[in-house]
Amino acid sequence: MLTRRILACLDVSAGRVVKGVQFVDLIDAGDPAALAVRHAAGGADEIVFLDITATHEKRSLLLDAVRRAADRIFIPLTVGGGIRTLEDAMQVFDAGADKVSINSAALDRPELITEIGSRFGEQAVVVAIDGRRHSNSVESAEVYVSGGRKPTGLSVLAWAAEAEARGAGEILLTSMDSDGTRAGFDCELTAMVSSKVQIPVIASGGAGNVHHFAEVFSRGQADAALAASIFHFGISDARTLKHELAVLGLPMRLPC
Amino acid sequence: MSQGKTVVIDYQAGNLNSVCKALRAVGADVHVTDEPNALLDAARIVLPGVGHFASTGCLLTSGIGEALRKRVANGIPFLGICVGLQWLFAGSTEAPETPGLGVFPGMCERFPFSVKSPHVGWNSLETAKESRLLAGLEDSPYVYFTHSYRAPLIKDTTTVTNYGGEFSAVIEQANWMAVQFHPEKSGIVGLKILENFLKVSAC
Repeated sequence: MLTRRILACLDVSAGRVVKGVQFVDLIDAGDPAALAVRHAAGGADEIVFLDITATHEKRSLLLDAVRRAADRIFIPLTVGGGIRTLEDAMQVFDAGADKVSINSAALDRPELITEIGSRFGEQAVVVAIDGRRHSNSVESAEVYVSGGRKPTGLSVLAWAAEAEARGAGEILLTSMDSDGTRAGFDCELTAMVSSKVQIPVIASGGAGNVHHFAEVFSRGQADAALAASIFHFGISDARTLKHELAVLGLPMRLPC
Repeated sequence: MSQGKTVVIDYQAGNLNSVCKALRAVGADVHVTDEPNALLDAARIVLPGVGHFASTGCLLTSGIGEALRKRVANGIPFLGICVGLQWLFAGSTEAPETPGLGVFPGMCERFPFSVKSPHVGWNSLETAKESRLLAGLEDSPYVYFTHSYRAPLIKDTTTVTNYGGEFSAVIEQANWMAVQFHPEKSGIVGLKILENFLKVSAC
């Protein structure tokens, strides 16, 4: 049986792992490659590096971390942040990533999804969508860019459908309303997108405890969920989380 | 650990890094090539694949297909991964105009619309008959899949996976071996499968 996936996400800046709450107040928490190995050994199903302050000058530091991680982990590695062109994507794949996550560059030029997909396969293209609701209604959710600061005028649902049509392999859906709150995922938003597209949806934003994951997998119909801060400071590792989710009846990759 | 060259065929479809790194991690002496002649001194041959079925077209036109048939008939173990498994069939509805190598009978087809496609993530392997590739692994191990097309069950299917119905996850027919999932991305289980492949002696 296909399991639900737990993705360990590391926010990286200038080649170091940081973690933000609502994308500010960053605290340095280590070497991305070393943490990736720790998460893989801890039972994570995949590893994600997000280069949150991707700048041209600091790019080599990220690529070095990707290279070192890819030498030591043998589970899928996704890299996002600062990938604006096919060439940027190629650099990341050359360093050893299996998938790239693209966000604002895909909104600026949606052809990028198809370009990367036809060169590296659609499974290698994750389209990241940051959504924020304008009212209680989930249909009001709008796509934001620039770390959630800039509205685009696009509805989350319409953009998810277009990304799929252009050949995205997966959608990484972050709720800007929930992100950093540790009060739970936006299950309604996740379910709305997941039931509308045929490709897998990875839920992100708001994880605080095991029940939040159980809810987003059941009520939210998420195929995978992203976890970041929940692991960093020793709250839990993926194995513990997955054991608890298995007890609640969710299919998990165990032992892992 | 293993003797001789492990030749990985590059057909310009996606990313070979992960496969090469994983093979090296279990002791293989990896050489990457797109030349039929480079298969001549291979001790074993690997055909990875993360792309579209149409990208396998060049394997027949370049002469790799024919060279491969000869080498495997002469006892060289072969491992096809993902599209590398599907290519061993007559073809795939993903690219009906591109024939496969035709070692195995039947066509690969898209998953039914009753399930999400692509099939992405960790799913379990259920043994249909004894498998050299899965030797020493516990029952129903999880491995990482990512694909939209699947191969039918045939008499040489040693392992099946269920997603919208059963499909061939592992096929072993003498020296032709193939897996639908990505052993290079399947953690310790995947590395063990690659290690088992390196231990297979020619027959």
